[in-house]
Amino acid sequence: MPFEQILQYIFSGITNGSIYAIVAIGFNIIYNTTGIINFAQGEFLMLGGMTAISLSAFMPLPVAILASVVITSFVGALIDFIFIRRLKKPTVLNMVIITIGLSILIRDIALHVWDEKVRSLPYFTGSEVTSINILGAYISPQVLWVLGVSGIIVALLGVFFRVTVTGRSMRACASNMTAARLCGINTRNMVTISFMLSAAIGALAGCVVSPITQTQYDCGTSLAIKGFTVAILGGLGNSTGAVIGGIVIGLLEAFSISIMPLAYKDAIAIAVLLLILFVRPSGLFGKKEAAGLKEF
Amino acid sequence: MNAKKYIPVAVLVGCIVLFQVASSLIGREFYLTQLTMAAYYSLVILGLTVLMGYTGQISLGHAAFFAIGGYTSAVLTTLDLSGAAGNPVVKAVAAAGLAAVSKDAYGAETLVLSPWAALVAAVVITAIVAFLIGIPILKLKGHYLAMATLGFGIIVYRIVLGASLFGEADGISDLPPFPIPGGLAVCGDPARRVENFYIAAVLVVAGVVLLINLVDSRVGRALRSIHGSEEAANAMGVDIARYKLLVFVLSAVFACVAGVFLTHFNGGIRPSEAETMKSVSYVAIVAVGGMANLWGALVMGVVLNYLSLRGYFGSYDEFVFGSILIGIMMFAPEGLLRMESLRGLAGLPARIKSMFGAKNEE
Repeated sequence: MPFEQILQYIFSGITNGSIYAIVAIGFNIIYNTTGIINFAQGEFLMLGGMTAISLSAFMPLPVAILASVVITSFVGALIDFIFIRRLKKPTVLNMVIITIGLSILIRDIALHVWDEKVRSLPYFTGSEVTSINILGAYISPQVLWVLGVSGIIVALLGVFFRVTVTGRSMRACASNMTAARLCGINTRNMVTISFMLSAAIGALAGCVVSPITQTQYDCGTSLAIKGFTVAILGGLGNSTGAVIGGIVIGLLEAFSISIMPLAYKDAIAIAVLLLILFVRPSGLFGKKEAAGLKEF
Repeated sequence: MNAKKYIPVAVLVGCIVLFQVASSLIGREFYLTQLTMAAYYSLVILGLTVLMGYTGQISLGHAAFFAIGGYTSAVLTTLDLSGAAGNPVVKAVAAAGLAAVSKDAYGAETLVLSPWAALVAAVVITAIVAFLIGIPILKLKGHYLAMATLGFGIIVYRIVLGASLFGEADGISDLPPFPIPGGLAVCGDPARRVENFYIAAVLVVAGVVLLINLVDSRVGRALRSIHGSEEAANAMGVDIARYKLLVFVLSAVFACVAGVFLTHFNGGIRPSEAETMKSVSYVAIVAVGGMANLWGALVMGVVLNYLSLRGYFGSYDEFVFGSILIGIMMFAPEGLLRMESLRGLAGLPARIKSMFGAKNEE
């Protein structure tokens, strides 16, 4: 394989990988504060992309994206208010089923609000034919947008969780819900914030990738599964792990195309997921003892 | 032998005959087509009820087992072996009477495996797959188990969608009828509607009888103890890994048999049968049927599948199943058709009890 081709694969792998990492971080935020895996996480991306596409007809692109992020985070809060808060003693099985139900509902509502057509946002800079030559590999400027936005999200989240009071309270919830409540933290509000934050991040990611991957009412599901794989690979709740895991899965997928038919590309990530679950459910960067204590 | 246990079975048989006679009398026998399909789907749901409701292990990949059954049968009964007639294996199979010569649409002679041999192959393959995948998967719990079974389902979906052997997006069609001694056959021929309805009904009744006996046995009590607390069950000497695997394989075989027969009934199978949404709707029906309630699952399986197949939900089909899932989990997490929740509905319990013959198994 010539060097340029390898480089091309690497770029494509890192791009997809950083998208998966963002989805995985969305999973992690909610998982950390609630212990719930939100199976509807992928739908936040779809919702963000779709809303921005509709809004961009009336307003400039940056405003449309901002509005869509706000609207989607509002949807996230609504989900918590209507569904999650009401549960008294939810078991893991209940939560799995509810969030799966939610993802179906959101998808079906999107199908009826919009339609089954594939749409996309315009390229942020240049157009679909613009490309930048880096060491012989051609990449679209949108790829740089994706990488840049992912990097900024990860960095900002890091600051948010370490510096701000809200972020620290959320981490307190993550390590021990009861203790956090005893310290006077309103854990219910932290859950709402985690849903809003994770929806907002999802929506932003959905907007940035829309020009490359296109947006359709059912595009969230496969992203959610990739994101989950990445979250597990990096160790549930571990954001640095998610970034590394995302890039690993992205590269694996990109290079799998050269040896396997494209039709099986999606199966690769899932095969990796099953393998990790069977061999090391705590993930590559998770502590085994910590995983053993948690009720999965 | 507890005769009381079989009263609901007798009611079920009565209902089956009643439906058939009524639909024939009012000249609406075409209702039976969807009812037959719904009955086969209920077979999947019955198996899943024992796995989910009684043993407490979620599976979001049961459509995969249905598809493995359907596709194995479809491939084996349509693949022309006459090109390989010299092959010793093919010769032996033909000599054993397991393959039949027939004519294809162009009049050319083809040698295909008999549907009975294909059924056996499908069951064996499904059992082996379920066994092998079950060993590592059933060690997982909660989210991880849900995701792993979901992942398994998606892999199977991707394979049937991507492999040319399975007809890719078109699936496999033009299956031969499934002959049953006595001149019967499982096929979509409208003239054979009534007999096909009864064939499906017999399978469902047999499945129910098998499962109510299983649930009521030593094994069934072991399964419920696993649902209650795995640690406690383990401490009492229940081999939890073995029992979970047993039920997983059993429910997979139920799904496989349903897949084989429904594929012959429809004359073909498409990749959509392996979709995740199918698996999710099976889980939804088990939940609405009352989780650990075989009769509730059966009633809901037939009713909801029938309504869905007749297109009553229109383009809101997935919406309906999604809402059911959320509604049940929020307002009646123990399931709808259970005695505890039924007693809560003042005035209704006695009527519904007699209506469904619902008998709480716990």
